[in-house]
Amino acid sequence: MLKDITIGQFYPTGSFIHELDPRTKILITFAYIVGLFIVSSFISYGIVALFVLGCIFVSKIPVKYMLKGLKPLRVIIIITFIINIFMTSGTIIYSLGPLNVTVEGLYQGTFMAFRLVFLVVGTSLLTLTTSPIALTDGIENLLNPLKPIGIPAHELAMMMTIALRFIPTLLEETDKIMKAQMARGADFESGNIINRAKSLVPLLVPLFISAFRRADELAMAMEARCYRGGDNRTRMKQLVIQKNDIISMAVMGMFIAILIYVRIR
Amino acid sequence: MSIKIENLTHIYNPSSPFETTALDNISFEVTEGEFIGLIGHTGSGKSTLIQHLNGLLKPTKGKILINQVDITSKDVKLQDIRKNVGLVFQYPEHQLFEETVYKDIAFGPANLGLNEEEIKARVVEAMDLVRLPFQELRDRSPFELSGGQRRRVAIAGVLAMKPNILILDEPTAGLDPKGRDEILEQIKSLHQQVQNTVILVSHSMEDIAKLVDRIIVMHKGKVSLIGKPTQVFKEVEVLESIGLGIPQITYLMKMLKENNIKLREDILTIEEAKAEIINWIRGNKNA
Amino acid sequence: MSYEGALYIEFKRGIYMEKMIKVDKVTYDYSNSEKEVIALNNISLEVKQGEFVVIIGHNGSGKSTLAKHLNALLLPTEGDVFVKGLNTKDESKIWDIRQFAGMVFQNPDNQIVATIVEEDVAFGPENLGLQPNEIRNRIESSLKVVDMEEFRHKAPHLLSGGQKQRIAIAGVIAMRPSCIIFDEPTAMLDPSGRKEVINTIKKLNKEEQITIIHITHFMEEAVNADRVIVMEDGDIVLEGTPREVFSQVERLKKLALDVPQVTELAHQLIKEGIDLPHDILTVDEMVMKLCQLK
Repeated sequence: MLKDITIGQFYPTGSFIHELDPRTKILITFAYIVGLFIVSSFISYGIVALFVLGCIFVSKIPVKYMLKGLKPLRVIIIITFIINIFMTSGTIIYSLGPLNVTVEGLYQGTFMAFRLVFLVVGTSLLTLTTSPIALTDGIENLLNPLKPIGIPAHELAMMMTIALRFIPTLLEETDKIMKAQMARGADFESGNIINRAKSLVPLLVPLFISAFRRADELAMAMEARCYRGGDNRTRMKQLVIQKNDIISMAVMGMFIAILIYVRIR
Repeated sequence: MSIKIENLTHIYNPSSPFETTALDNISFEVTEGEFIGLIGHTGSGKSTLIQHLNGLLKPTKGKILINQVDITSKDVKLQDIRKNVGLVFQYPEHQLFEETVYKDIAFGPANLGLNEEEIKARVVEAMDLVRLPFQELRDRSPFELSGGQRRRVAIAGVLAMKPNILILDEPTAGLDPKGRDEILEQIKSLHQQVQNTVILVSHSMEDIAKLVDRIIVMHKGKVSLIGKPTQVFKEVEVLESIGLGIPQITYLMKMLKENNIKLREDILTIEEAKAEIINWIRGNKNA
Repeated sequence: MSYEGALYIEFKRGIYMEKMIKVDKVTYDYSNSEKEVIALNNISLEVKQGEFVVIIGHNGSGKSTLAKHLNALLLPTEGDVFVKGLNTKDESKIWDIRQFAGMVFQNPDNQIVATIVEEDVAFGPENLGLQPNEIRNRIESSLKVVDMEEFRHKAPHLLSGGQKQRIAIAGVIAMRPSCIIFDEPTAMLDPSGRKEVINTIKKLNKEEQITIIHITHFMEEAVNADRVIVMEDGDIVLEGTPREVFSQVERLKKLALDVPQVTELAHQLIKEGIDLPHDILTVDEMVMKLCQLK
C-alpha cells in the first residue's frame, strides 16, 4: 500500500548525479519545472524526453523502477487526459451524448498528460538520487539567506529530519497497536464510513499519546546532547560546489535555452 | 483448549527482495490446561508464531487447529477465534485509549456483543484477577496510573474476554522486580483457578523454570527444543549456541557435578537446590 | 619507597580522588494534579573520577530523578549538584556540564535523532560547534569504541535494540564526556542486547577511564560495580561494595529487589546452619566454597 509509492525513495547507485551537491540538484529541478511550462509543442517534448532519458541513464536508475513510480499516479494522469479531451471546444470528431471529443481536446489532453508524466519523472529523479538527509541539508542551506526575513531555515530542516527518522518507527507502532486492538475484537475493516471512523479511535488515541511521549523523550535526549538551536552549530558535511556541479548547471542552462529557442522560433 | 500446529510456514513479503521466512515448517501440540514457556531470542519467530494463534497473521502454508477446528479455513469467524484465544502483546499499556479504566477493560467484552450486565461482571472479575481495586480505580483515567498498574489494566482488558487460551508476550518487560513478581503471581494463580491453557513468552529462564509445564525453544523460525524444563535445561550447549542460557541455579548444579560433587542435575529452583545440598552435606557428615 | 615514587602515588591518588560529581543535600519535589510528590529527599552523594557506581531501586524510588539532576536536565528544589566543581544552577555553565556528563536513556528509539548512524553520532559534536574534520575523527573513534563501525552508513531503525543503544552511547562519547549517566539503558532489551550494552559500559570504564553511573533494576548488572547504591522513596537506604550490599539478602527482599540466585541460595543454606560466607555473588565462588566442604 504505502510501500508502492517509489517517489521519494532514495535509490543509491553512486552515479554522477548522486554525487552532485544537493543544492545543485534542487536548483536544477526548479529550473526543469519552469522549463516544462515553456514547452508549447511536441517537438519540445521530444527534447525534454531526450534530456530526461539522458539523466535517467546517467543516474543508473532502472527505467522500469522509474515507471513503477508512475503507477499510483496513473489515475490522475488518465483523469487529466479525459477532462481535457471533453472540456476543450473546437472541431468535433466524435460525440458521446452531451460530451464532444474535439481535435483540440485530444491534442490538449495528450499535451497535459505528457506534462504531468515529465513533471513526476523529473522531480522523482531528485528524490531518487538524493538521500533525505542531503536534501534537508540542501534546503536548509538554500533557505539560510532568507533567515533575516524570518524564515526559520534550521528549524524547518530539523523538523524534516526528525519526521523522516520517526516515520518507520511510527508505521511499525501503528501496525502493532492495530493488531493489539484486533486481538481485543476491534474491527477496522467493515461497517459504514461513520462506524469505520469511530473504530479508528482505539488506534489513533494510543498513537498520539505515544507520539507525544516520544517527542518529550526525544527533546530531553537532544537537550542532554547540548542541542540549543541552530546558532553556533556546525555540520559534519559541508556542502561544496564542485566542477561537476558547474558543468551540470551549464547543461541545464543550455537545455532551457534550447526550449526557449524552440518556443520563440 | 488444545492447540495443534501442523507444518506451519510463514513468509513475509513473498517473492520480493525482502522475502524472509519467519516460520519454517513448524509442528507441535499443546494439550488443554498446559502452561507453556516459549523462548528464543529476538527474531527467532516467536512473535510471528503467537500472532498466528488468534488469526492476526495467516499462514503461508500449514494448519492451526484450536480444539480440532482449523482456524485457517474460511468458514471460521475471526471473532470466535479471538473470543477463545486472548493475546497480550509486549508493552500492552501502549494500547490503552479510553477515558476510564472501566471503559478500557470493557472494550474487548463489548466487541464480543455482550450485554451491559455481563460486561460489568467481567470487568469486576478481570480487575480482581489482576488485583486492581474496582471501586477506587473504575473511573480513573488509565493514564494517571503507575506503569505497573497500567500494564495490569491492559492485561485485564484481555482477561475480560475470558479466553480459554491466554498468550502473553513478555508481560514483565521493563517492569521492576516487584511489578514482575506480582504479574507472574497473578498469571499463575489464574491458571491454577481455571486451568486455562497459557503460553508465556519470556527471556527470563528463572521465571520460566518457576512456572511452566513445558518449554518450546525457537531458533531461526524452527522449534529447536521442546520438552519439560528439566529436559530442556539439560541441553546447555544447544541453548548457549543460540544465545540463550539456563537458570543460574541449574548452572550451579552442573558446575558442582563437574567438580565431582554428585547431586541431581535436574534442579530448577532455589528450594530444590537447597534441599539437595543440605542432603549432600548431612550425608557427608554421616559417612 | 623513593621520594619520587611516593610523589607519583600521591599524584595518581590526587587524580583518582578528584570529585566528579557531588550531590549536596538535594531535595526535589513537584506537584502533580493531586498531591505533592517528594522525589528526592535530602540526598547527598559523591562520585569520584573513574568510579563505576550502580544505582538500584524499584520504579518510583527516585533513581531516574536523581540521574536527571546530574546533567542539569532537572534542578534541585533545595541543595546543590556539582559536576566537576560546576554548580548545575549556574546557567552560564549548563552546556559545559552537559558535555562533561553525558546521558543515555531507556528507550533506544527515542534518543536517536538522525536517519543515518554517522549523522546521529555527529549530532552532539555538531552542537558543540566543532570543525567538520574533528567531527569525522570523533565519529570514527566513537563507533570503534562501541564496535559499530560497519553500521556507519545504516539506518538506525533497521538495527536491533542493543545496537541502537550502542549508537546512542557512541553519540554521547563523541562529545568526550568525563562521566556518563545511564538511565536504565537495558530495561527494554533482550538478554543478548543487554549483554552487548553492559560489556560496552564496562569497556568505557576500564579502557576509556570514563566515570559511570549506571541505573538499573537488573541486579546482576551491579555485580561488577565499584559501589552500589540502593534507593527507596527518594532516599539512599543502602550503600557499599556489591558484596556488602548483596549480603543483606533480607533487607533487599523487604525492598522487593532481587539478589543473584546463588547469593540467595547461600543465604538460605547459612540459615540451615551451613558454614558459608554471606557475600557469595557468583556461581564460581559458590562451587569453590562447597568444594571446601567436601
